[in-house]
Amino acid sequence: MAAKYCALGGMDTILIEKKAEIGAPLRCAEGVSKSWLDEVGIKPEATWIRADMKGAIIKSTKGTSYQLDESKAGNEVGYVLERHLFDKALARDAANAGAKIMMRTSCTGIIREDGKIVGIKAKSMGEEIEIRAKVVVAADGYESQVARWAGIDTTLKLSDIDSCIQYRMCNIDVAPDYCEFVIGSCAPGGYIWVFPKGDKVANVGIGVAGHLCTKGADAKYYLDKWIAEDPRFKNGQILEIMGGFVSTCPGLDSAVDDNIVLVGDAARIIDPITGGGICHACRTGMYAGQVLSECNKTGDFSKKALQPYEKRWRDRMEDKLFRNWMAKEKLATLDDDTIDDIIKMISTSDITNVTVYNLLKAIKDKYPKVVEGFEDLI
Amino acid sequence: MIKVDVNKCLHCGGCVGSCPKNAIFLNDFVLEFNNDCINCGICVKLCPVGALSKE
Repeated sequence: MAAKYCALGGMDTILIEKKAEIGAPLRCAEGVSKSWLDEVGIKPEATWIRADMKGAIIKSTKGTSYQLDESKAGNEVGYVLERHLFDKALARDAANAGAKIMMRTSCTGIIREDGKIVGIKAKSMGEEIEIRAKVVVAADGYESQVARWAGIDTTLKLSDIDSCIQYRMCNIDVAPDYCEFVIGSCAPGGYIWVFPKGDKVANVGIGVAGHLCTKGADAKYYLDKWIAEDPRFKNGQILEIMGGFVSTCPGLDSAVDDNIVLVGDAARIIDPITGGGICHACRTGMYAGQVLSECNKTGDFSKKALQPYEKRWRDRMEDKLFRNWMAKEKLATLDDDTIDDIIKMISTSDITNVTVYNLLKAIKDKYPKVVEGFEDLI
Repeated sequence: MIKVDVNKCLHCGGCVGSCPKNAIFLNDFVLEFNNDCINCGICVKLCPVGALSKE
């Protein structure tokens, strides 16, 4: 997205891709809402939409569930993607805008001259190369190494990391058009998701908070246990296994420095409660491209000149990220009985427009302790 | 030293982004640890499939 908007802004743009295929192998649960697509100029395409959801089911470990329908959630309900095709469509848009794509090209370091970032070192099809640039956009996802090579600390606290594993399962009896979220002790500090992809196939995954991981393989242990205990999966088979981590912090203190901008997961800009990162990555990518295009007119890519990028993403997302981070911190401390009570309360409440904000508002009225410390944001 | 069980590793890169010393690099399907590794074991604890262990 950053490459597209840089190219649209008239910049000479190179997009490097470490892997042999854009969007593969998958590291994503593939669920998105519909509400933000228009905001970043993405028109839905049948090729990358695998399933159109009617709603979501939020369930406690003890089994109480709340079914959320499109009539109440509007555009917050969304699609399950074919992410590998979605990513290729974004790259195609960048190419159509004029960006050059270099496949199988992995950034291995930052080039500085007189202390100033002037490009990157990379390995392209096995060959060591240098790419000179006035500005670098670090879009290397959760790994976030480019930022750290550039001296920006993107280290996370254990409690702000979710260790995740996901199975693509077939032959399972799950609702075909509802995304399911299960919270509580079945997924300590995180949740289990079931995102249907049609034909009795779904992405079934889990995130476990880092500070609640004990010895390794915790995510796999909890997911396997939950699947084994749920009769809907008794005939299920796994078609694909994937791992991946999610940051659940409220974002970095600064996502820019002289001649470098961080976007998306690399900037730790992910919804801390849902773990959703695609919309944040697309928004920040668009903001970065637009701001860099402006900077290009004067040739000033200093940290000061890049502040409009900081302002734009913070104005759009920071309060919500912080509020959801606080909610996530509290949720991780609740026992199964309390979570069960909260879901029962929500299912009998009269919320007409269901958003995280409105859910927290309902929780605030009945369980003020749960939102202690961030009441002002609700 | 951190040992990688190549039969378990999913090449997800989670350990790379979680390493407090930025000491891990995922080179295609191979995890490389550099000399900055302090053997803190955070990657071992977080690995979703238990592919990492302290030697």
